[in-house]
Amino acid sequence: MTDSKTLPSGRTPITAMEMRQITKRFPGVLANDSVDFDVNGSEVHALLGENGAGKSTLMKVLYGLYQQDSGDIYINGQLVKINSPTAAIKLGIGMVHQHFMLVQTLTVAENVALGLPSSRGPLTDLDAVSKRINELADTYGLRIDPDAYIWQLSVGQQQRVEIIKALYRGAALLVLDEPTAVLTPQEVDELFVIMRQMVKDGYALIFISHKLHEVVEISHRVTVLRNGKKIGTRPTSEVTKQILANWMVGHEIEFITSTEKIDPGAVRLAVKNVTCDSDRGTVGLDDVSLEVHSGEIMGIAGVSGNGQRELAEVMAGLRKPTAGRIYLEGDDVTGCEPDELTNRMLSYIPEERMRDGMIGSFTIAENMILREHKKMPYSKYGFLNLKNISAHTDQLIEQFNVKTPSQKTMAKSLSGGNIQKVVLARELSRSPHAIIAAQPTRGLDIGATEYVREQLIKQRNGGTAVLLISEDLDEIFALSDRIAVIYEGKIMAILDREEATREKVGLLMAGVKQEEEYA
Amino acid sequence: MISDLFSITVFLGILSSGIRLATPYLFASVGEAFSQRSGILNLGVEGQMLMGAFTAFYVALNTDSLWLGVLAGMAVGALMGLAMGFVTIHLHAQQGISGIGFYLFGLGMSNLLFQLLVGTVETVRGFPRIALPLISQIPVFGNIFFNQNILVYLAFLLVPISWYVLNKTTLGLKIRAVGENPQAADSLGVSVNRIRYFTTILGGTLSGLSGASLSIALLNVFQQGMTAGQGFIAVALVYFGAWRPWGVLAGALLFSLVNGLQLWIQVLGIPIPSEFATMMPYVLTIVVLTASLSKVRAPAALTKPFERE
Repeated sequence: MTDSKTLPSGRTPITAMEMRQITKRFPGVLANDSVDFDVNGSEVHALLGENGAGKSTLMKVLYGLYQQDSGDIYINGQLVKINSPTAAIKLGIGMVHQHFMLVQTLTVAENVALGLPSSRGPLTDLDAVSKRINELADTYGLRIDPDAYIWQLSVGQQQRVEIIKALYRGAALLVLDEPTAVLTPQEVDELFVIMRQMVKDGYALIFISHKLHEVVEISHRVTVLRNGKKIGTRPTSEVTKQILANWMVGHEIEFITSTEKIDPGAVRLAVKNVTCDSDRGTVGLDDVSLEVHSGEIMGIAGVSGNGQRELAEVMAGLRKPTAGRIYLEGDDVTGCEPDELTNRMLSYIPEERMRDGMIGSFTIAENMILREHKKMPYSKYGFLNLKNISAHTDQLIEQFNVKTPSQKTMAKSLSGGNIQKVVLARELSRSPHAIIAAQPTRGLDIGATEYVREQLIKQRNGGTAVLLISEDLDEIFALSDRIAVIYEGKIMAILDREEATREKVGLLMAGVKQEEEYA
Repeated sequence: MISDLFSITVFLGILSSGIRLATPYLFASVGEAFSQRSGILNLGVEGQMLMGAFTAFYVALNTDSLWLGVLAGMAVGALMGLAMGFVTIHLHAQQGISGIGFYLFGLGMSNLLFQLLVGTVETVRGFPRIALPLISQIPVFGNIFFNQNILVYLAFLLVPISWYVLNKTTLGLKIRAVGENPQAADSLGVSVNRIRYFTTILGGTLSGLSGASLSIALLNVFQQGMTAGQGFIAVALVYFGAWRPWGVLAGALLFSLVNGLQLWIQVLGIPIPSEFATMMPYVLTIVVLTASLSKVRAPAALTKPFERE
């Protein structure tokens, strides 16, 4: 039995945290506009909103990383001033950041001890810290080796370290900033078990997510932010995914899925027994074979860092395989330069759109012809035909609904969604025979995401072979005709969409093969 | 004759001078290791050493107190470290360029002050050798290792101390964290800027001490530009030593022994052009660095200014 007056860590719980009329302004942006937000003990309150809606800003104010311009914060009814993370930690507020705040070259115990006073004065007391970590780990099933280095841990384990770090500091209120974005479905389930246990013990949890089904599953109340303003707070039981999506975007949203089944044609894109190195010199791809047919979307599912980047780069001619062959429409194109692949009508939507997808300091018009600039009608004898380029760009801006002041705007000043639209316009308008789309909707808001997905389905229906690499399982299931699961550079299995379930794919993503499961 | 080089006496001579010559490298490199571990690349070591060397020499010359000279040299180094910190931490200036600026400042300023305040070649008495009781009596090696001046002992003592501070104290933990992931450290309430100021000032202080060891313990004179690139080699030694004090020690010894060797080559009149002999340590720097650099990873936040997004 846990005493209702204290948390298992021995600390008094935060029964009520209230942020009142929080306003935070950045140069040119009103990030939070008189936002009210509150959370109680023994509750999960979900905070929902698109990128740039002001969720992170609000939470950074709560954690003392930002100072609000106006508004107050109350904890257990008392006005508090939080002007630094140290102050937040003292008040019992902990944060699990979306991008883990861990030092890769230090051990778990060192990361936990960092910034805390030591029982041995100026000397570190890592043994005592390790002991306490093990105690916390036992209470919440957060198994972790205190002496392991962070770089040795999986993403799921690193997240546990983040939670332990907060609990170790006596957190009674925990902010979880998009904690499920990097996890496999099974790891999400494990996290939810931990969260439910914490709620039972009296913790107050703030859960930030894009994923509506998770919000519906885990939270008691949900608050939606849009453009820095609060749209509303409701008990989760009273809302549906559709309502939440409409609140987030501000208008009706139709969820895109590719339902109609079409008969795939000939093999357009194939890799046979391809092996390559990663940037770190370890094995990137290990004997990978895949075929993508005309009129088919082949989805590659997997946890980040299991060879997805290498696969996209090998197929786009940007990384040389150490073994195996690559075929485009039946021709062996192994070792071909990207230029040659472009001429053979392969299009590539790279994962890092700002780094590999465009040149930020070039205009939109210049970015639109990056791939085709050597060809008529955009250039002749090495001279650019600016009139044709301009006309072409105007047409694409219109067709792909790019929101920009002009075609002479520098690409980097556009929003993420519009940048991706420029990339799509360039890559899709040339009627490619095959497309490699790597994380095409990462970081985009719902509206832009649905737009990108719609375009990919349109391409598939037109007979293009699409290889879709995505870490978002919802996306894989929404779009793919077949699903290949990649783990540690190997293709674990290729499933038809009908036979693929979240459980099956999730286990494969974690490296568990079917046989082992039943063994 | 070349064969002279292989006699026991010469061998011991090289060892003895090698250990002495390691002193300035050790002070400067250990200081630089601290600042790099926290994410600050200080290329101004050479300038800090020159200012330290001149100040220590001038104060010692006029007060007859070597210790006052040492303190003054360290203080000037600390001030230059503070200035470097202000420019790179506070104003977010590019670290490499700022460091070169401080080098040129130290070079010019120490020349100017020397011209104005001293002008001619003068010498100071210098720190005497101290033979440690008993262990200096060990045949052959006792005399090499345990009959040196106080700053030599200090320099070698600094290696285990700094290893201990970096790896066993909360301060060391903070320094390592700040150099790898300042955002993470910041989110746990560690003041990134305070730690970085601390290490740049410490680095400057030790560079000043390094300069002082040249002008009032090893050579006992001040000459214009007398550090002759040792400050830059000290920076290179940090890379060579993979940012670890013991690695830095190994590097410092390697270079000072080669330096000792080239001195003896010149002393013995071996028919190798002296320019070539003088060049040896520098060529070695490049060779060893290219061979060792690919295997070790620098602190992830090295040269990156910190700002809350």
